[in-house]
Amino acid sequence: MTGPDDGRRGGLSRRRLLGALGVGTAGVLAGGAAGGALGRATADDAAGAPAPSPTDAVPFHGAHQAGIVTPAQDRLHFVALDVTTDSRDELVQLLRDWTAAARRMTAGQDAGEVGAVAGERYAPPDDTGEAIGLPPSGLTITVGFGPTLFTTADGVDRFGLAARRPAPLVELPAFPGDQLDPAISGGDLCLQACANDPQVAVHAVRNLVRIGAGVVSVRWSQLGFGRTSSTSTGQDTPRNLFGFKDGTANLKAENGSALDRFVWVGDDVEGTAAEWLRGGSYLVTRRIRMLVEPWDSSSLDEQQRTIGRTKGSGAPLGQRAEFDPVDFTTQVDGEFAVPETSHVFLAHPTNSGTAILRRGYSFVDGSDGLGRLDAGLFFIAFQRDPATGFVQVQRNLRLDAMNEYVRHTSSAVFACPPGVRDADDWWGRALFG
Amino acid sequence: MSVRDRRLPLLTAALLAALTTAACGGGGGDGGTAAAAGEQAADTVPVAATDDACDVASAELPAGTHSFAVTNSGSQVTEFYVYADGDRVMGEVENIAPGLTRELLVELPAGSYETACKPGMVGDGIRAGLTVTGEAATLSEDETLARASADYQRYVQSQTGALLEQTTAFTDAVEAGDVEGAKALYPVARTYWERIEPVAEVFGDLDPLIDGREGDQAEGEDFTGFHRIEQALWVGGTTEGMAPYADRLLADVQEVVDLADGTTLEPLQLANGAKALLDEIATGKITGEEDRYSHTDLWDFAANLEGSEAAVQALRPYLEEADPELVAEIDERFAATEAELEQYRTDGGWTPHDQLTEDQLRGLSDSVTALSESVSRVAAVVADR
Repeated sequence: MTGPDDGRRGGLSRRRLLGALGVGTAGVLAGGAAGGALGRATADDAAGAPAPSPTDAVPFHGAHQAGIVTPAQDRLHFVALDVTTDSRDELVQLLRDWTAAARRMTAGQDAGEVGAVAGERYAPPDDTGEAIGLPPSGLTITVGFGPTLFTTADGVDRFGLAARRPAPLVELPAFPGDQLDPAISGGDLCLQACANDPQVAVHAVRNLVRIGAGVVSVRWSQLGFGRTSSTSTGQDTPRNLFGFKDGTANLKAENGSALDRFVWVGDDVEGTAAEWLRGGSYLVTRRIRMLVEPWDSSSLDEQQRTIGRTKGSGAPLGQRAEFDPVDFTTQVDGEFAVPETSHVFLAHPTNSGTAILRRGYSFVDGSDGLGRLDAGLFFIAFQRDPATGFVQVQRNLRLDAMNEYVRHTSSAVFACPPGVRDADDWWGRALFG
Repeated sequence: MSVRDRRLPLLTAALLAALTTAACGGGGGDGGTAAAAGEQAADTVPVAATDDACDVASAELPAGTHSFAVTNSGSQVTEFYVYADGDRVMGEVENIAPGLTRELLVELPAGSYETACKPGMVGDGIRAGLTVTGEAATLSEDETLARASADYQRYVQSQTGALLEQTTAFTDAVEAGDVEGAKALYPVARTYWERIEPVAEVFGDLDPLIDGREGDQAEGEDFTGFHRIEQALWVGGTTEGMAPYADRLLADVQEVVDLADGTTLEPLQLANGAKALLDEIATGKITGEEDRYSHTDLWDFAANLEGSEAAVQALRPYLEEADPELVAEIDERFAATEAELEQYRTDGGWTPHDQLTEDQLRGLSDSVTALSESVSRVAAVVADR
């Protein structure tokens, strides 16, 4: 348990930290720019579109895949899969079949053309049926390609894709304190299904997995029950399982220039290997177990100093309201209001030098063998390059006071291709075509 | 078996009535198979089987019913098969002990076949081509399907003979107090049971008596059958107190054999049975639930897979006309599953379930899931005639 003066426990003074970022490197330029871009994003509140009805459909076609900057829904079913076939044709056919089923399900229709109950008596139905009568519920299905799809861990180029692997698509480096379980990490492919009704999200994943029998095998999956980020200024900031508002300073859909800068892979992408990914993004997932029992028995002051915000309004320490700008120079009683080991201090774009779009979900997977809640944050972030996105942020969190209360148990990275443009287009066409 | 999984439609009352009379006259009691009641073989084709040869006296035969007389001069128990395309079993004779001669009566329309001996009862066997000349009959869809039922019935009859023999040997060992002998025979006897379980499950009350697991019984019912004795052998290391259960098991198996020999499954039941056997693998064998004391689950896995393939192959002539793409996919996936399983073959058996890693079980599970997806589409093709 940390004491009230642990703000300096890491031995890294504010002056040194800020100095490190101020040595005239590209980092500081990026840092300053990131802070500026975010300032504009949060200053644009009035321009936020009204949130769509939670039961409406989210358009499936577009320049970008839905489920990234579209408003974060309340529920998640995420699944990572390994490809079990060696046939490129079978894999391509699956991606086409998946696209067709996703196009239908996001519109609130059955997964297959026949439907759950209209088919032949002796044939398995082409939809599993649990979403009959439910509205589209904002369902988005987002696909991603992992590094091992391009080259297996043994270096095998199964599908002739090795030359098309974008350089940034590599396994994440190890971070201090990682307790990763390989069985729930990585994957050749991923599907992120988000909806405002959990049954709709589960239905989507279940049917896509069913369609993939013989071609893919589920490696691991994760349910999430509450969004922990807002991705639109029209959304309220939700609370995570620490009880704090999370994602106040997140990138928001309304700030197009910040998204182009930090989220989308742009036309200026280097090398021909990654051309297929233009308009796409990199997805990083981390299953972050929260040690809720020690957290719950720590004082309010300790909790607030760990996060760097007040628990009530979500205001940065030393400020009054949630969206007040974070000011790291504000002092209270001769001490800096925001401790330099607090999560906000270390993760903020001003100090991390970059920005990522967070889209994570709370999870509770029952209890562990000791009766402790197996709960936490299924962290999801989108960025235009993991190295200058999540990796850069996470490296800066080495001294984060929050580390005492969290354990990263799974990790994965995927390249999400651009959006499906029309009825003839399919997930991965630019990669496989 | 699973008391929770009853996919097969119950036999119609008419069929049940038919079998009570047909059961007595069913062939196969001699361990061979009958092509069809009342048919006469045109000739007898000697087959000389040894540990490394399988000499069939004729490589070319006229279309019609033939009798193969298989003499085993080798040192291992052998089996003899006549296969059509895709290893569809036209006829087989099981469990030919060294020194014995057994007869296989089989009707062969014009076409190309393969004969195979399987010394040690494992692997693809020692194969040779067999050409049957004559005019190929053109069958209607209904005739083709009727033949599928008859073909599968022959398969069942070939298995029931061996089931009875091996169960007798197993229960004899139990009653003689031969723990090691009984342990060795347990998975062998079960192989013949697991191959034809879709038929056995039709007789609802016998299946739980023979193959129920501990805890499946209703209150007041005794825990009987293979698994009761399995528990005594592996957990207790004894046959003590098992003689009455051995007697009961043999009597129940005898009853199911008599009933099964006279049962003809409808083509749709074949299709559903093939799928149900794969479900058995997925829910009982991959999980290690079936043989929780002996861990001989892969024996049952192999047997379920063979039984499923036999049911699908019986439907093959129809499916090849109705949906050739599905047949190609099913062939590919049966082969993939067999290859996955083959990795765990040991000298004279299979790797115990509790020695398989999670990754190995996942490989088996993935291949069965894929195969099951393909086989699940057979029933609709059959129903669509």
